[in-house]
Amino acid sequence: MQVILDQDRCCSSGQCVLTAPEVFGQSDEDGLVMLRRSDPEPGLYADVRLAAALCPGGAITVGEATGTP
Amino acid sequence: MTTTPTTPTLTLPAAHGSCPFDPPPAYDRAARQGSVTPAELLDGEFCWLVTGHQEVRTVLSDPRFSADARHPGFPFLTPGRRALAVNNPSFIRMDDPEHARLRRMVTKDFLVHKVDAMRPGIQRIVDGAIDRMTAAGTTADLVTDFALPVPSLVICLLLGVPYQDHELFQAQSRTLLDNRATQSAVEAAQRGLTGYLTELAEEKRKHPGDDMLSRLAAREDVSPAEIAATGLLLLVAGHETTANMTALSTVALLRRPEQVARLRADPGLVRGAVEELLRYLTIVQSGLPRVALKDVELGGTLVRAGQGVLAMLSTANRDEELFGTADELEVSRDARRHLAFGFGVHQCLGQPLARAELQIALETLLRRLPGLRITVPEEELVFRGHSVVYGVDSLPVAW
Ligand code: HEM
Ligand code: SF4
Repeated sequence: MQVILDQDRCCSSGQCVLTAPEVFGQSDEDGLVMLRRSDPEPGLYADVRLAAALCPGGAITVGEATGTP
Repeated sequence: MTTTPTTPTLTLPAAHGSCPFDPPPAYDRAARQGSVTPAELLDGEFCWLVTGHQEVRTVLSDPRFSADARHPGFPFLTPGRRALAVNNPSFIRMDDPEHARLRRMVTKDFLVHKVDAMRPGIQRIVDGAIDRMTAAGTTADLVTDFALPVPSLVICLLLGVPYQDHELFQAQSRTLLDNRATQSAVEAAQRGLTGYLTELAEEKRKHPGDDMLSRLAAREDVSPAEIAATGLLLLVAGHETTANMTALSTVALLRRPEQVARLRADPGLVRGAVEELLRYLTIVQSGLPRVALKDVELGGTLVRAGQGVLAMLSTANRDEELFGTADELEVSRDARRHLAFGFGVHQCLGQPLARAELQIALETLLRRLPGLRITVPEEELVFRGHSVVYGVDSLPVAW
């Protein structure tokens, strides 16, 4: 799984941090979303997908891993 | 696709029915007819009632719908709401990039880890309120002695507003949210609060403290009018909402002793229970207003540019496909897809704070007052159907 963020669309709601705290964080500098890890392990997939669905700004895109290293 | 509005049969805002926890039956009936149905506002203007979960998400996140009340066609529930949205509006009534510019000045105080660091302070405020209640006897009005002071104290600390002025700002906030208030009463309350916050910000510019108003006042890129509008939004949104959620949650829980017993036995359930209470109660009940800037096809209906829409969070949160037996409160339900905080770029800025306050307040209340009960029959409770934010006027309890 590959997680892509579009910080311009982040409105700092914090939904992603509450849903998948292992993967998402918020920056003290500008309040915007940050990735803690871009290739979460399979156990976190469901939470990451829910975070993407809950993100009010549409800032989180989840792509499947392409298989290339 | 329906293109012409059929004659509206529904006038907004509609009244509650026999169950005070269910959305007004007229909204429920509209939702059963379709996710987008015609309605009429008090001023006779046409508007679309948007009741479906997916359509509500679209209205609130698609930039073709505007939150800027200066656009023609914007729907107003009352003349007071029109005045509020047009005289020195805050960023809740602006679109990006104007909205984002102002919202981003205040997001840093509401980050999840910042709010987590506030938890011990919130716990002290909650414990202090319960200490005062138990020291004074075995009965209280849970609204004035607990639900209202807790979030008021928290937002005062954060903003840098002296709590001793609470009577002034609580009364004026109530007027601002009251659909029965006349336009001149709403304008007077807005002027009162704006004047109060403008003076306070000016004071903070000279003698800054460690609070949000001081930080705003120290900036060069924001005008005194913008600071006052932002301060007013945070002050009003910051205490009335959480206060009503706390009191209404208590009423809803106490009529379900079995669920209360489960929460007392396993405080780990409180986090999920708060999400379910937010969903079930959906206290921002009167619909989030937007206006279409372009023609948009929404749920099979053509919404024309210049037409108003009201996004009804309460019916969206009763979606049976998403939530199952949605008309029931079930504290163990996974309710995380609820829209009680709205959606899109205006989604509640204070939501991490509201969640922390509600989790701490409800957990502590149930733990410290094991005999908590309401002392009047439910028929005697006065529910605030006339307010933008639903709740109860007072809540007599004993323990
Ligand atoms: C349970 C409590 C709360 C509920 C149910 C709630 C609900 C909402 C909703 C539905 C909106 C969206 C309005 C719209 O899109 O037109 C909103 C916006 C907002 N809320 Fe809350 N709120 C709560 C607590 C708070 C708290 C504690 C604060 C703290 C200061 C706060 C500050 C705000 C602000 C500033 C906005 C405007 C955001 C924007 O326009 O970008 N709210 N809230
Ligand atoms: S959920 Fe979306 S908008 Fe909210 S903080 Fe995360 S990325 Fe930003």
